[in-house]
Amino acid sequence: MVIERLPHLYGTKGWLVIAAFLALVCVLMPALYLAVPEDSPFHVPAWLITLLGKIMCYALVALAMDLVWGYTGILSLGHGLFFALGGYALGMYLMRMIGREGESGSELPDFMVFLDWKELPWYWAGTDQFWYCALLIVLAPGLLALVFGYFAFRSRIKGVYFSIITQALTFAAMLLFFRNDTGFGGNNGFTDFKRILGFSLADPATKATLFIASGVTLILALLLCRYIVTSKLGRVLTAIRDTESRVRFCGYNPLPYKLFAWTLSAMLCGIAGALYVPQVGIINPSEMSPANSIEIAIWTAVGGRGTLVGPIIGAALVNGAKSWFTVAFPEYWLYFLGLLFILVTLFLPQGVMGLAQRLRSKCNT
Amino acid sequence: MQHMKAELTTSEIDGSEVTGLAHVATPGALDLSHGTVLYLDAVTVSFDGFRALNELSLTVDAGELRCIIGPNGAGKTTLMDVITGKTRPDSGTAYFGQTLDLTRLNEHEIAGSGIGRKFQKPTVFEHHTVFENLELAIKVDKGIWTSLFWRLGAEQKDRIAATLDLIGLSALAGREAGTLSHGQKQWLEIGMLLAQEPKLLLLDEPVAGMTDAERERTAELFTSLAGEHSLIVVEHDMEFVTSIARKVTVLHEGRVLAEGTMEHVQNNEQVIEVYLGR
Repeated sequence: MVIERLPHLYGTKGWLVIAAFLALVCVLMPALYLAVPEDSPFHVPAWLITLLGKIMCYALVALAMDLVWGYTGILSLGHGLFFALGGYALGMYLMRMIGREGESGSELPDFMVFLDWKELPWYWAGTDQFWYCALLIVLAPGLLALVFGYFAFRSRIKGVYFSIITQALTFAAMLLFFRNDTGFGGNNGFTDFKRILGFSLADPATKATLFIASGVTLILALLLCRYIVTSKLGRVLTAIRDTESRVRFCGYNPLPYKLFAWTLSAMLCGIAGALYVPQVGIINPSEMSPANSIEIAIWTAVGGRGTLVGPIIGAALVNGAKSWFTVAFPEYWLYFLGLLFILVTLFLPQGVMGLAQRLRSKCNT
Repeated sequence: MQHMKAELTTSEIDGSEVTGLAHVATPGALDLSHGTVLYLDAVTVSFDGFRALNELSLTVDAGELRCIIGPNGAGKTTLMDVITGKTRPDSGTAYFGQTLDLTRLNEHEIAGSGIGRKFQKPTVFEHHTVFENLELAIKVDKGIWTSLFWRLGAEQKDRIAATLDLIGLSALAGREAGTLSHGQKQWLEIGMLLAQEPKLLLLDEPVAGMTDAERERTAELFTSLAGEHSLIVVEHDMEFVTSIARKVTVLHEGRVLAEGTMEHVQNNEQVIEVYLGR
């Protein structure tokens, strides 16, 4: 059933774009980075690979956001939390892989040695195993989302109330992670990573691999989300977004449907966080700050809700602008972001995708 | 009831053993064995001290077409809310058939057991096509995994086509429901209701916004549905009620004021005073 529908997820043009994107990310960019000498004008510098890799992780988060906001009508202002949880799960694995090469020369992560801890807290047990951390990356955000979502959706908390609670949730988690005694490294978080699965993180080949992994994961997640939103389940989700009471009176229980979209979205964010951390080299509680989660919503809105591809473009545009802006006018970035949000809300309710569609229909007439 | 071994007669009906006068109650399934589809007794609903329903009692027979009329605020919509599980009564009992306690079931469970509801304001899925609206409504397993791997079968396609034909929207099957006219939305919602194959249909002002010709067709449809289905129609349009009604219930201040044929009700002095006379 799944295989049968797979080729029909996108039209010929769509598949061509995906193929071109994969060729760019998996072949061209890594080749220009690794094989072309640094003095050549075609050389892609390491910072660009890291930046683009980072943006693809953000794009994955925006995609996950679209599933719950664009399609199910649940605006989360706490998605940064799920992203950070995935990041912390892989971060701890990377901390353990530092081994005795840290400043303290102990098997324990440095920050624990500085706190005078003698052994690893129980909840970090097993984190020296990659497979276990890989599970943790999806299960930690997934379980939190499942439990939180179950109670919120069962109590029929909706709209702005739900958004505010998610914002409070990520803020509370940030305060918890900021504390030194909770075992999450305090405000420094986890950093100074050395290697992943035995490969040095400073090695260009490792960087290129992580970059490729981010791109491939993004496309796989896009196809998964596309499969879901074009299935009957997807149509139930949009029906819940538009008229939840009608859905109930049609005999559907909205609770499992909302929980499915919500939990899957959180898991995708966890994966994005895990891909982000080794590329950026640090994870700290600021990822859970309320502003970060709001920014995720802005990427999605700028790209165009309910389109899947739109939020990916939105994340790329906003973050591209951000990396230029924060160098050129560092003080004004937040003002610009706020202005962008207002302008998009007022003039581009369908985001960039809506604009493109309007231009296309204008050209046709 | 199975334990009532009265040793009178033992026979096989529908494959289930029937002993004496008792019969097997299947959990979750509608039981119309006593000829009553809806049984409400002393149902009270209050909002901040205001009694929207005041010890209301009402019985609807299986296959009946019942009209409910009453002035604004008489409790008509609250009554529908109680029957569909949207509002829980403060006290009283509400049964669907012999066995289904409506005060204990959720909206989707009630809908699944066979009560369909049409809202006062036509409520369809505006961003879905007419076809998709019906596809979402048709009676199939509505669990999440079934939906994820759902493929429309030939039988279901036929059913949707038949429903489209009945509601006169075949030509507009691919149109987004939000672009339909008010009357067409009413029809679509009625179509969604029928696609659910309910045993009891609750229709809140079904002909509002319809043309005279459409009203006539609706009246015909409802009359033809009665018998196989049971219908409760809440309507302000007296002409329409007169054209379809066999038995009319008049609500006033949360309780039943009068009940009977249209003629009987129209001649009731209390009714004239509170409603018809104004």
